[in-house]
Amino acid sequence: MKKEIISFPHLGDYSVPITYFLTHTTPHEIRPAPKITKQTLELGSKYSPDYVCIPFKYNLGNFIESLENGATILLQAGGGCRYGYYAEVQEKILKDLGYDFQFYSLVDSDHFTVSHMFQTFRKLNPHLPFLKFAYYALLTLLMIFYMDKLDEIIRQNIGFEKKPGLFRKTKTEMLETFSHTKGFLSLTRAYFRYKKKFQRIEIRSKENCLRVGIIGELYTAMEPFATYFLEEELAKMNIEIKRFTNVTYLLFLKKWKTRGMLRKIHRYCYYTLGADGMDNVYRAKYLIEEGFDGIIHTKPFGCTPEIGAIPIIDKVCKEEEMPIIYFSFDSGASDTGIKTRLEAFYDMIQAKRGRE
Amino acid sequence: MNKITIGIPKALLYYKYKDLWVKFFENLGCEIIISPNTNREILEEGKKYVLDEACLPMKIYMGHVQYLLDKCDYVLTFRIACLKRGEKVCTNFMALYDLCRNTFEKRFLHYNIDITKRETEEFSFITMGLELGFPWRKIRKAYRDAKAYETLMKERRYSKQKNILGSSKKLKILLAGHPYNLYDNLIGKEISRYLEEQGIDLLYSDLYDTKYVEIDSKKISPKNYFTYNKEIMGSIVSYQEDVDGIILLTTFPCGPDSLCNEMIVRTVQKPLITLLIDELNSDAGLITRLESFVDILNERKNLHEERNH
Repeated sequence: MKKEIISFPHLGDYSVPITYFLTHTTPHEIRPAPKITKQTLELGSKYSPDYVCIPFKYNLGNFIESLENGATILLQAGGGCRYGYYAEVQEKILKDLGYDFQFYSLVDSDHFTVSHMFQTFRKLNPHLPFLKFAYYALLTLLMIFYMDKLDEIIRQNIGFEKKPGLFRKTKTEMLETFSHTKGFLSLTRAYFRYKKKFQRIEIRSKENCLRVGIIGELYTAMEPFATYFLEEELAKMNIEIKRFTNVTYLLFLKKWKTRGMLRKIHRYCYYTLGADGMDNVYRAKYLIEEGFDGIIHTKPFGCTPEIGAIPIIDKVCKEEEMPIIYFSFDSGASDTGIKTRLEAFYDMIQAKRGRE
Repeated sequence: MNKITIGIPKALLYYKYKDLWVKFFENLGCEIIISPNTNREILEEGKKYVLDEACLPMKIYMGHVQYLLDKCDYVLTFRIACLKRGEKVCTNFMALYDLCRNTFEKRFLHYNIDITKRETEEFSFITMGLELGFPWRKIRKAYRDAKAYETLMKERRYSKQKNILGSSKKLKILLAGHPYNLYDNLIGKEISRYLEEQGIDLLYSDLYDTKYVEIDSKKISPKNYFTYNKEIMGSIVSYQEDVDGIILLTTFPCGPDSLCNEMIVRTVQKPLITLLIDELNSDAGLITRLESFVDILNERKNLHEERNH
């Protein structure tokens, strides 16, 4: 079989486990899309429909850059809202641009089945035994789970570190170690080693700091600010952050939790609102009950599930007098504007804390 | 006993299910109030109750609900999650009931269709009737009669459209889009009125017989899973041989349309124009675009006939 080059768009740091999985199950070369820059978004917006949501533009930009980089096979996932339909439209747009490549979507519409995944990987590697596929799939899932666990520690503390850059340096090290994992045992050992390391990093005292929860759409929560932009900005103002959405949640927890969540917020939601809409209402309620000082809601412009959820979240927050700020990102979002709004938000929650 | 009055907002899926809704409540012996055609006031009113990023039909819907609030006992809403296994609709329809309930302090009558959870249309209509306090046998009969009436009306409209296709020699244009865009007074009415004044035969995408939608829509997009957009695609495929041009009507910022229309524009070979309508729209700009589109179609038709002679 001819040696091909596989590529896929970015989502946070998850390119590491995906690359790991693909190198072990397929004979092809793996080359994740180049790092996201301003250029990526410009390229993507140029060829996307006007009023599509922003993850589409990022992904398309990623694809174009990978194709320029020599990729011959592209992978795309799917699910949730219109995300499931991305794959086909992107394939069409790229084919119309004149690129020559093969395109595989791992998830068909909303149905995530192991057999479908296996069939797709059989196309990439006809001699792939199922046991090997299952082994590496489990290992990759465990890796994602550990990554999310460590990420939680990082996000809570990164703004408070005494020596700037130490968290990031350790994280790069960690990803490097993870990408050379040999098996379940070595992965688990590495996880505990790095957990200790992260916990030992010296941080400023968090006395009297304000606590803020970030809810909202998955992609904006992870990707455009994968560099911990919001965390650091907020930490400068002495604010600690709690985040919710990650891949672990989407893959394992969401299915289990849905019914329980619905029961708890029965007053506001009888039904799920599509994608993460209902989850966000629940999280807002949870943050209020836990005594947080404020909520930040992020979403891309025109995200339909969130548009349905925001009026309800607004109502929850109004009833409980909880400060909340909404950020809607489109291709023109600038750091300065966000900073100004964050400062105003900070003043508000500070004043509220003072009053109490 | 006083009759129960039920308000039906004339927006969103009203245009698709009006026969079913109206007939069902008539059979039950309820009084029905239908909100008037959309106008600027209703839109302005609706904008207050929903996020400014929400789509135009959603804003209009909220305006209609607001209009009905103090005129009836219940306002009818719905929640549609899944009409067919493996398919979906826009998430706005999933959130609609909870959205209304949280925005307005009013008892809403609603039904929920979610095939994956075994909640069919009949089941949810009966639940809705029980909520009003009717005996379930009566509700079931009312539902079945209404459904039969709906099917009858649908077939009548289908055959009307087929007649236009067969007989007329005039210019034919397919107006494709969601029914709540095509027939709404603020969105599509102006367009269809203008085109009819020009002596053009209009075909509507929602009057397409959905029997062959699976086969037809797959010719444009094999993996599309939005039920209503599938019907639009199907209608375009089945009519594209017979019409002279296609007008794609959509509103800003419709989620499913943003992707599906891209597929349509990239695959269909007929002359096609996309009209994107938002709340600040002026009719003059629209009419100019339509004029030039009609001119092009006329020229093409003349050229084609000359060649044939």
